[in-house]
Amino acid sequence: MIAIPYLTALTTYFSYGLLFAFGQFRDFFRKIFDWCSANTLQGYAPICLGLEDFYIRRLYLRIQDCFGRPIASAPDAWFDVVERYSNDNNKTLKRTDKISRCLNLGSYNYLGFAAADEYCTPRVVDTLKKYSPSTCSTRVDGGTTALHLELEECVAKFVGKPAAIVFGMGYVTNSAILPVLMGKGSLIISDSLNHNSIVNGARGSGATIRVFQHNEPSHLEEVLREQIAEGQPRTHRPWKKIMVIVEGIYSMEGELCKLPEVIAVCKKYKAYTYLDEAHSIGAVGKTGRGVCELLGVDTADVDIMMGTFTKSFGSCGGYIAGSKDLIQHLKYTCPAHLYATSISPPAAQQIISSIRVILGEDGSNRGAQKLAQIRENSNFFRSELQKMGFEVLGDNDSPVMPIMLYNPAKIPAFSRECLKQNVAIVTVAFPATPLLLARARICISAAHSREDLIKALQVISRVGDLVGIKYFPAEPTKQQQEGGKTVKFD
Amino acid sequence: MASAVVNFLNATLDWMTFASDGPSARAVVFGVHIGGHLFIEVFLLVVILFLLSQKSYKPPKRPLTNKEIDELCDEWVPEPLIPSVNKELQYEPPVLESAAGPHTIINGKEVVNFASANYLGFIGHPKLLDSCSSALAKYGVGSCGPRGFYGTIDVHLDCEARIAKFLGTPESILYSYGLSTMFSAIPAFSKKGDIIVADEGVHWGIQNGLYLSRSTVVYFKHNDMDALRETLENITSKYKKTKNLRRYIVVEAVYQNSGQIAPLDEIIKLKEKYRFRVLLDESNSLGVLGSSGRGLTEHCGVPVEKIDIITAAMGHALATEGGFCTGSTRVIDHQRLSSSGYVFSASLPPYLASAAITAIDVLEENPNLIKKLKKNIAFLRKGLSKIPGITIASNPESPIVYLRLEKSRGSVKDDLHLLENIAERVLNEESVFVVVSKRSTLDKCRLPVGIRLFVSAGHSESDLLKASESLKRVVASVLGGHN
Repeated sequence: MIAIPYLTALTTYFSYGLLFAFGQFRDFFRKIFDWCSANTLQGYAPICLGLEDFYIRRLYLRIQDCFGRPIASAPDAWFDVVERYSNDNNKTLKRTDKISRCLNLGSYNYLGFAAADEYCTPRVVDTLKKYSPSTCSTRVDGGTTALHLELEECVAKFVGKPAAIVFGMGYVTNSAILPVLMGKGSLIISDSLNHNSIVNGARGSGATIRVFQHNEPSHLEEVLREQIAEGQPRTHRPWKKIMVIVEGIYSMEGELCKLPEVIAVCKKYKAYTYLDEAHSIGAVGKTGRGVCELLGVDTADVDIMMGTFTKSFGSCGGYIAGSKDLIQHLKYTCPAHLYATSISPPAAQQIISSIRVILGEDGSNRGAQKLAQIRENSNFFRSELQKMGFEVLGDNDSPVMPIMLYNPAKIPAFSRECLKQNVAIVTVAFPATPLLLARARICISAAHSREDLIKALQVISRVGDLVGIKYFPAEPTKQQQEGGKTVKFD
Repeated sequence: MASAVVNFLNATLDWMTFASDGPSARAVVFGVHIGGHLFIEVFLLVVILFLLSQKSYKPPKRPLTNKEIDELCDEWVPEPLIPSVNKELQYEPPVLESAAGPHTIINGKEVVNFASANYLGFIGHPKLLDSCSSALAKYGVGSCGPRGFYGTIDVHLDCEARIAKFLGTPESILYSYGLSTMFSAIPAFSKKGDIIVADEGVHWGIQNGLYLSRSTVVYFKHNDMDALRETLENITSKYKKTKNLRRYIVVEAVYQNSGQIAPLDEIIKLKEKYRFRVLLDESNSLGVLGSSGRGLTEHCGVPVEKIDIITAAMGHALATEGGFCTGSTRVIDHQRLSSSGYVFSASLPPYLASAAITAIDVLEENPNLIKKLKKNIAFLRKGLSKIPGITIASNPESPIVYLRLEKSRGSVKDDLHLLENIAERVLNEESVFVVVSKRSTLDKCRLPVGIRLFVSAGHSESDLLKASESLKRVVASVLGGHN
């Protein structure tokens, strides 16, 4: 759990309070002006009611320039950020022709497949010529090409499951699969910080949803025991089935799932497991096979393995891997398979080729090098950041490392200052995180060189001093920490 | 016996009269007469206080012991994750060995393809391929991030502007998948308590959006304007007093599930009368309807501003992937932070956005593509009109030609079986690839199933002739064998 320093919490609350008060003040005047000018939409309720878009109008718009910055090149280690300007206090942003070359610490380009690749790109272009960019048809109609079958076989082999099914979008994979598997009378137990696509999928399924504390297998066990003993609400019939949903790497926390413990609990209580490897597949593990490989979990113990191709493979889409029967069932019932356009053939080829590179089937050891590189880069960067005194979340080996900012004013300050020094960093605020826990998030790539990382660290350190987000003393050694503790206990 | 009771009562009454009239009871303390009444009242008060101080009766709480919970957990047997695989349901779609153009290769044989919604024949178009390959060279394949976090690439913004310019709307927003467009856009605008009136034939993407919005959803009979009017009337009178209620009508321009076209001019009249907003899905009408392919609004001569929210998937006429939503600036801007499929998903691969821009350019340069498509639709319908046992259920202008059985076999399963048999034989014997509309178990649409033919401007007259002739032959033999 993230423990906010007391003073920081107070100032953060104060900042939001001030923003809220000013927002309300401005809304008050807007209402008066609206009332004066004739309302043209008589009889219609406003499309955004009351406070629904208050956050956007009064808070988000002020720092809009920190989000959605357009880029004009591939999201490689360095990329071209398009400069924007605003004439109306950030309400609208206009693009200019000017670009600035920035170090990319924002994209999920874990293995560096986002840029042109000597093995993948020629194959992708060939596929484009052979199959065109789209099939214009769903998988069950005329959207299954030989390439799609090859992709499914390749993915199943890579993740270590008997069969797999692929979709054209990662978000849809989660939100269309869960309604097929779970329904009324079944229970979904979800980690409290699961991605929105899982939340939406669970809601869409009509199953009962319970949440367990983030990454706490002991709380999961508690919830499972209580739910199995109680049964369904009101009727107290036993649950039809229970599914536990966890993610491999939590994208906003950078934490690895405590998978072995979760699996043990699920096995004990006969619950099915659903593992979302959106950020971990390809990025961690000795051969890139995700958290199962990293944490030594047998893939046979995970019932449903889900993942996306957007991140490590530099493509788009998502997959579900599982038993042959499960995949067969999904092929007949899953709406994303029946109604959505099949994944674009060049994107499919990119996935196949990048998996081949990762596995060394291209005849080189580039894949192994990339995997070693990302691990080394991540661990180097994380330890350096920690030494500087930033509050860095997440576990070792994870390429995602959030730095806590907390105060709303520090979000734009950190982002703009870093950009000024040609380092592009993602800052995350509500709705992707809780309101109080705003953070900057760094995604390390295998494409970053040691010089890139050192430059980034220098910039971040300077900006960190300027903005005041080094919440811990710099370079604390172990002895000092222990010393501090003993003093406290005395 | 009775006298004994009366005696006892009398004796008690006497005693009570004596007690309350007794000399001690006549005492005056601090000017207050201590009468018998006061005695009894104080006594009652004491009793009440005594009763109040007692704990009320509760059944003893006995929470389950750990041992009992263990036993319950041991006893519990979950259902299997999936029902046992039904042999009948196993269906393997044909595998294409080349691009899904008007002609494609299946099992090494060239077939005429009526399964792809490639309405304008853009699959394999050299200009599209060129723009894709240059985008691939410049931007790589994936965008590696959501739109908010450096996943916005300049082609996305160009594509949004191009779509808005083409349709004549102020702004538009790109989604990375056609299916997610509607189920993200609807919950962004309609919340719990709001009202949505939707056609019963809408596709699953919309159904899911309606469900996720948690609004009150009322379905009306498929494409029936009288039913719509009645529904709107009922709702208006029912919710007369509710203030600030957002009300929407959700329709598809060309229904994927039936090939019907929504009568937009009438819907607009009703919408304005009852003050509803309209959400229109133009997935199958964009690039098809209207003299320049601007969709149903152009087809019906309705100004595009009258429709509040338009969505469309780009995996049909534009021959790329993804989807978009277009409308007023307020509507679009609201989605940029409130629409889950936009905020929480990686953006559309840039080469697909660039293909969409090129597709619109090509469409604007060649308006005769639409004329050709219209001619093809009419020609195919003419050829299919005389098949006994089969009716054409789609609108004469719909690019989806929808064939239904004249007489249902009684159940959807039997119908499907029969239709699949026809489709399979048409493919294997006559090299014409047609598909049967399939339904997911989650789909709430109850319209009858049928064979769908997606007509393309790329089909030649001989292709269309071949399709109608071969369907005629196979239907005659299959239905003849069954009767």
